[in-house]
Amino acid sequence: MTTTAFKEPVREASPGTPAREPRRRAGRLRRASLPYLLLLPALLLELLVHLVPMAIGIVMSFKELTQFYIRDWGTAPWPGLGNYKMSVDFDAPVGKALLHSFLAPVGFTLLSVALCWLIGTAAAIFMQDTFRGRGLLRALFLVPYALPVYAAVITWVFMFQHDNGLVNHVLHDQLHLTRKPSFWLIGDNSFYALLIVSVWKGWPFAFLIVTAGLQNIPKELYEAAALDGAGMRQQIRRITLPSLRPVNQVLVLVLFLWTFNDFNTPYVLFGKSAPEAADLISVHIYQASFVTWNFGTGSAMSVLLLLILLVVTGAYLLFTSRGRRAADV
Amino acid sequence: MLIPVYLMVSSSLKPLADVTGTFRWLPSGLTIRPYIDIWSTVPLARYFLNSVIVAGAATVLSVVIAVFAAYAVSRYDFRGRRVFTVTVLSTQMFPGILFLLPLFLIYVNIGNATGIALFGSRGGLILTYLTFSLPFSVWMLIGHFASVPRDLDEAALVDGCGPLGALLRIVVPAAIPGIVAVAVYAFMTAWGEVLFASVMTNDTTRTLAVGLQGYSTLYDVYWNQIMAASLVVSVPVVAGFLLLQRYLVAGLTAGAVK
Repeated sequence: MTTTAFKEPVREASPGTPAREPRRRAGRLRRASLPYLLLLPALLLELLVHLVPMAIGIVMSFKELTQFYIRDWGTAPWPGLGNYKMSVDFDAPVGKALLHSFLAPVGFTLLSVALCWLIGTAAAIFMQDTFRGRGLLRALFLVPYALPVYAAVITWVFMFQHDNGLVNHVLHDQLHLTRKPSFWLIGDNSFYALLIVSVWKGWPFAFLIVTAGLQNIPKELYEAAALDGAGMRQQIRRITLPSLRPVNQVLVLVLFLWTFNDFNTPYVLFGKSAPEAADLISVHIYQASFVTWNFGTGSAMSVLLLLILLVVTGAYLLFTSRGRRAADV
Repeated sequence: MLIPVYLMVSSSLKPLADVTGTFRWLPSGLTIRPYIDIWSTVPLARYFLNSVIVAGAATVLSVVIAVFAAYAVSRYDFRGRRVFTVTVLSTQMFPGILFLLPLFLIYVNIGNATGIALFGSRGGLILTYLTFSLPFSVWMLIGHFASVPRDLDEAALVDGCGPLGALLRIVVPAAIPGIVAVAVYAFMTAWGEVLFASVMTNDTTRTLAVGLQGYSTLYDVYWNQIMAASLVVSVPVVAGFLLLQRYLVAGLTAGAVK
């Protein structure tokens, strides 16, 4: 949904950058400064909230910044790469926890993204043809996405309660599937709890984007395919899925980043300290920073996360774009 | 899929005994007690007001600023345009936790140096949230503005409109679906954010995202009240979203998936 959106105008205008093509119009100064004036508020905010904090974060990651120095953080000692050593030293408990909090979320994220995409795409294709009540059904599908995260997740917390929750009532009291009521929000089960909530919350977004993408596929393609005797399954495989490729490229990336970086869901689901099986990276950094008050280590972890995300995203875009170009030829 | 929604509605009408004992699908008796009690157990009205102010202001400002920025990018050639778009977009992919710490320090230091209280205030939260939705908004609107023919605003310029006049009278009305989609997104982002709200607010500026956790006390968890409160805070967003979702699909189709 995203990269394509800004590529178009940029590509179209880049041959005429002012450096190569001198401006001819009069009133040049005012004209030339106008776009910058229009951009100014956005630019200032981006600097204040995104870019400067990022730079400070990198500086902080080299400092020994605990609560003793937080008032006057400029004077905190410089352990140099110490924070990184502590984060990356896999034998030490901190590093091991970080390594774990990378592997667990990667598995979790891949599963969640795959399920979200699958359910969302299937639902979107199924809802493609008009039928009675389609609008209502679509609205119902979107409700989980529209609910504020905390309200939705807190409902799931209630459902996952050990003694008075719906999940245990159904699984144990009514279906007798488990020998005794399970704990969902602590221990290994918390992984599934997080996965269920994450997919429940995420697939409507995939549904929304794929629905929008499907509307751009010309009807004639299907008609031609039907004339040639292609069945429903073949139409989906030969027309729908290839046409959705550019949409999917961005959709999967966005889903991945959102799920991997998600803080809200695990935080509301588990509170300040997540169980080990569902210890996502954002919560982990949050704990290092605001629960144990070790800002230096927290920043070092953030910077590492940033680097990894950059590499992963770059590799993904490179890989999928190349595959796409090869497929076009 | 809608079981949680059913649970929210049904539990909010149950007496407390129903939600503390073994789970039951149907309430033993209906009561609207929880809907009365939610306002006194925690200062829900204040949280609600805070959320409305913060999310409302963040949405309006974000849309206005994004419209200007997207207009500049879609209509002018200028040095640094590519750098601007790429930088703004790449900030979208990084997790909030990355900015939380430094931003916290910046706000505290700005407060100490100038006396402008950003930390703990609604203003600071508004600034933060509006910037969060800015990249996506700029992105979407660039796509929408690019699909408005340039001849239209050039004609307006010839007729004596300034560039701003052309933007407000020609381009903005033609891109309404995109603007609505962006506004919905910005509002939902601000209304649902938990991380920054949990660190950057105090008792008077607390928003719903954090306030809703106040129903579990040391001794009792008032699940019926939590569900009632969840429902109350969800209704405005869900209703708005469902009313505008037609625009949202149209907006995504025209602006982004093109």
